[in-house]
Amino acid sequence: MVARHSFDQGLDDLHLNLIEMGSMVEESIDNTILALKNQDVELARKIFRNDDIIDDFEKRIEKKCINLIARQQPLAKDLRTISTALKIITDMERIADHSADIAEITIRLSGQKFIKPLIDIPKMAELAKLMVNKSIDAYVKQDIQLAEEVCASDDEVDDLFNKIIIELIDLMKNDPMCIEQGIEFMFIAKYLERMADHATNIGEWVVFNVTGEHERLARLFHKESGMDKHAEDSDDPAGTIL
Amino acid sequence: MNMQKFEIEQLNLFYGDVQALKNININIAELQVTALIGPSGCGKSTFLKTLNRMNDLIPGVRITGNVFMDNENIYGQCDIVDLRKRVGMVFQKPNPFPMSVYDNISYGPRIHGVRSRSRLDEIVEKSLRDAVLWDEVKDRLKKSALGLSGGQQQRLCIARVLAVNPEVVLMDEPTSALDPISTLKIEDLIDELKQNYTIIIVTHNMQQAGRISDRTAFFLQGEIVEFDLTEKIFSRPVDKRTEDYITGRFG
Repeated sequence: MVARHSFDQGLDDLHLNLIEMGSMVEESIDNTILALKNQDVELARKIFRNDDIIDDFEKRIEKKCINLIARQQPLAKDLRTISTALKIITDMERIADHSADIAEITIRLSGQKFIKPLIDIPKMAELAKLMVNKSIDAYVKQDIQLAEEVCASDDEVDDLFNKIIIELIDLMKNDPMCIEQGIEFMFIAKYLERMADHATNIGEWVVFNVTGEHERLARLFHKESGMDKHAEDSDDPAGTIL
Repeated sequence: MNMQKFEIEQLNLFYGDVQALKNININIAELQVTALIGPSGCGKSTFLKTLNRMNDLIPGVRITGNVFMDNENIYGQCDIVDLRKRVGMVFQKPNPFPMSVYDNISYGPRIHGVRSRSRLDEIVEKSLRDAVLWDEVKDRLKKSALGLSGGQQQRLCIARVLAVNPEVVLMDEPTSALDPISTLKIEDLIDELKQNYTIIIVTHNMQQAGRISDRTAFFLQGEIVEFDLTEKIFSRPVDKRTEDYITGRFG
């Protein structure tokens, strides 16, 4: 076996960078849930600051990937690994963005009494967090089964999202004073739902990385169910809720 | 769906006691570019030469199996001169004859009986145009071909093959002696030529196979390990040995 030392070293570094970025994103979700539950403004501000660090990290990894493609001309599994990394970092960066979005709402809601006790939103947040954890774990271990579990969980998050939206609409119909906060919670629910979508994307890319097939999961979990997924490329929650 | 130009069945080739090709069974599509890749000594050039019976010239070679070209077995009753006219070949190192550009191109048609000066002029111009060389040499047709650059010489050799109006062009590492710009010119030319000719190319340059071929065959120790659409071979090959070779982890 001929080794490509410099290239293999580059791929190892890339793998470590992705793990590092993944753990930063996981920490950001943990903090987001804590800050929201405890209405902790200081923690919410910290999430905000960390988002810039994650953005910079994404740029660094992106540059590394482009460098590897330009200088090493990867093919087959190597090419999949690098293109998977490029896709995954975008999903991770978006997840971190949504954490920051929720942190922003947490800051806006500080000092206000919530219109209802938070039950399903933390539940949804925990589920989304678990999906992100698992998707990053699936990447680290290149574990298809774990990746498929993540994709299967997406429906559960979607169900919770629909339930929360219906509850909030009812609340707002009955009491117009709830509208302002109700909308904020709708945004939070949407951001969490998007986080789960991005975790699903990561899971799908892990499967692609290992098998070279990407369509299979899309077929299994989305197309067959006849569900029209929310616009994949749109991160505008208002556009999809309203 | 393209028609098959070659159907190769149970092809084995021996150099004396050494078996260089083992049980080759593939079909090669008409008007496509088929790339043959593999490490040195794997049999890809030997295989290429079986397609116009160039191996017949090597002492001690024994061949079994069938190679059908347009349903006719070229190892059966076959006019070899006609076969080599129909299946032209371009080699690794440009090998123009030590004569003028014009005479290099007109040599083949003359041998095949074309005598008319105006007809030869037409053939020379068309062949050089098809090989995207005309504009560079039209003012020096009577000068020695040896004065051309390496890339021009190789395109001249391609034009020389085209001059006898072949159906298939075999290329054995046609750009390995050329600089990157000349290489890209030849690659563009191959892309043009496949509209009218079936092209089979041996290359050590993996990226080149990826850029120009429709199908790729990976040879190893005289066998074809994998033969599939180039896109598939270069993105998700089935056999681990193919994966190891194209990712540069093969030794």
